[in-house]
Amino acid sequence: MSTAAESASTADAAALAERYGLSRSAARPPFRDYLRELWGRRQFIYSYARARTYALYAGARLGSVWQILTPLLNAAVYFLAFGVLLGTAKGIENYPAFLICGMFVFTFTQRSMTEGSRSIATNMSLIRTLHFPRATLPLAYVVNELNQLFISMGILLVLVGFTDGPAWRWFLIVPALLLQTMFNIGVTLIFARLGTFLTDISQLLPFITRTWLYASGIFFSIPDKLRDADAPGWVIHVLALNPISAYIDIMRRALLESHAEHALPNAWPIAIGWAVVALAGGFIYFWRAEDRYGRG
Amino acid sequence: MAVAETAAPTSAAPPPSSDAVPTVIADHVNIIYKVAAGSGGKGTAATAFRRILKRQDRPTIREVHAVKNVTFTAYKGDAIGLIGRNGSGKSTLLRAIAGLLPPASGAIYTGGQPSLLGVNAAMMNDLTGDRNVVLGCLAMGMTPAEIDERYDEIVEFSGIGDFIDLPMSTYSSGMSARLKFAIASAKTHDILLVDEALATGDAEFRVRSERKIKDLRDQAGTVFLVSHSLDVVLDTCNRAIWLDKGVLRMDGDVKEVVDAYNAEATGKR
Repeated sequence: MSTAAESASTADAAALAERYGLSRSAARPPFRDYLRELWGRRQFIYSYARARTYALYAGARLGSVWQILTPLLNAAVYFLAFGVLLGTAKGIENYPAFLICGMFVFTFTQRSMTEGSRSIATNMSLIRTLHFPRATLPLAYVVNELNQLFISMGILLVLVGFTDGPAWRWFLIVPALLLQTMFNIGVTLIFARLGTFLTDISQLLPFITRTWLYASGIFFSIPDKLRDADAPGWVIHVLALNPISAYIDIMRRALLESHAEHALPNAWPIAIGWAVVALAGGFIYFWRAEDRYGRG
Repeated sequence: MAVAETAAPTSAAPPPSSDAVPTVIADHVNIIYKVAAGSGGKGTAATAFRRILKRQDRPTIREVHAVKNVTFTAYKGDAIGLIGRNGSGKSTLLRAIAGLLPPASGAIYTGGQPSLLGVNAAMMNDLTGDRNVVLGCLAMGMTPAEIDERYDEIVEFSGIGDFIDLPMSTYSSGMSARLKFAIASAKTHDILLVDEALATGDAEFRVRSERKIKDLRDQAGTVFLVSHSLDVVLDTCNRAIWLDKGVLRMDGDVKEVVDAYNAEATGKR
């Protein structure tokens, strides 16, 4: 093997690879193929999500009962803090339902994001063992949280059923959930990539989500607050652009008849816009680093 | 520099005859990665802050040139043993072939998707072996129907028995290595990369897994095997690649390469 032969062989190797249809091992698949592969692994996403839920509660004596207890306890604590102690309830009918609805919707996005940002790092050994589209992992985390939200929303429906009685309006919950899930998938994919390469993100995320929590009108009604503060008319339109506010708002519209007077402007179009942008952006952003997950 | 070193004893590799179909082509592969080297810096907030102000890289990060200018071609039906001392870049090269560690320069071409089977690869430890089998198979892209069909075979091959219902965290290292090997070999792979995975199993399992590797070769797959046990390499492989400090020292018939490696190892002592 002489030096001359070696320098010539680079072109030869590429040609040989081409002739037998070999592909570069570290290359990421084209976007369409990637989506198709992901669709092929839908069963894995579902099973993985279920296995994780199982593993999460396996150590607790009450087991999966915590899936119901956790949101109930959360709702009770927030009601005590904001409804009773701080008195942000004024002027809002059925404040417990208003608050709990906001809290559940927010938790869905918040938990998808924080858990998703760690989804690659915590599964490093799986990633290094088997080959599969990496986006399945953050997706499984969203499925997990969605599953939790179904239980939470069931509890909330029972509550609202007692206070306000059932209504046809409730069917709007379906598109509202669908849009928020689309948004969550996008955001979770973005944070999954960010969390993998910028490990400091996981230290920072709690502060981001907490700020978001207070800015999204979960404990109070944004329009009421602005009216009290005599804010100029454009402020509400800016605040309404917040995706979380939009998802909470459309969910409240579906659940609470009295919410009409506290509703944010353009919540449905904003919710649709964010869902589409986040979903497409998230997939593309995550896919672009596909060949780099599992390195290091 | 690497060229001069490789020039001497190399190139007894099987000639690319007309019917030999290449499955892996490594072309002047260099792999450099950054590692966190334990010591260096006091690790306090103050030193970290000074480091950021001075715009220095983290002092604990060091670059390792693990594989240097390695070129070879593997063909269908090859079982290639990678031998060399600890830290000679064998595992790194396997991970590069698997596509998990992109080379800094050069290229690796593969036909089909290589599967890496390593000893430190864990599945989900707090789940039962049974669930891990299903999840692992789904991740490899098998359908639930296929899994149903192969499930008994996998469990039987792993030889784990009743432990399959217990969480993997209760398994010994040998048992989990067996289960992982059983899962990974359930699918017919075009290219299977085995990294010391057989070392932890007992004698009986070693025999079984060696037979499995031979089966895979017969199905016209390509197997790469990293092992410190030269006997295993001699038994299962037809070809060997000797890596020394990241440089390809020798590539050829398994007997010749192992003999040369042995000669040097004993000669140096």
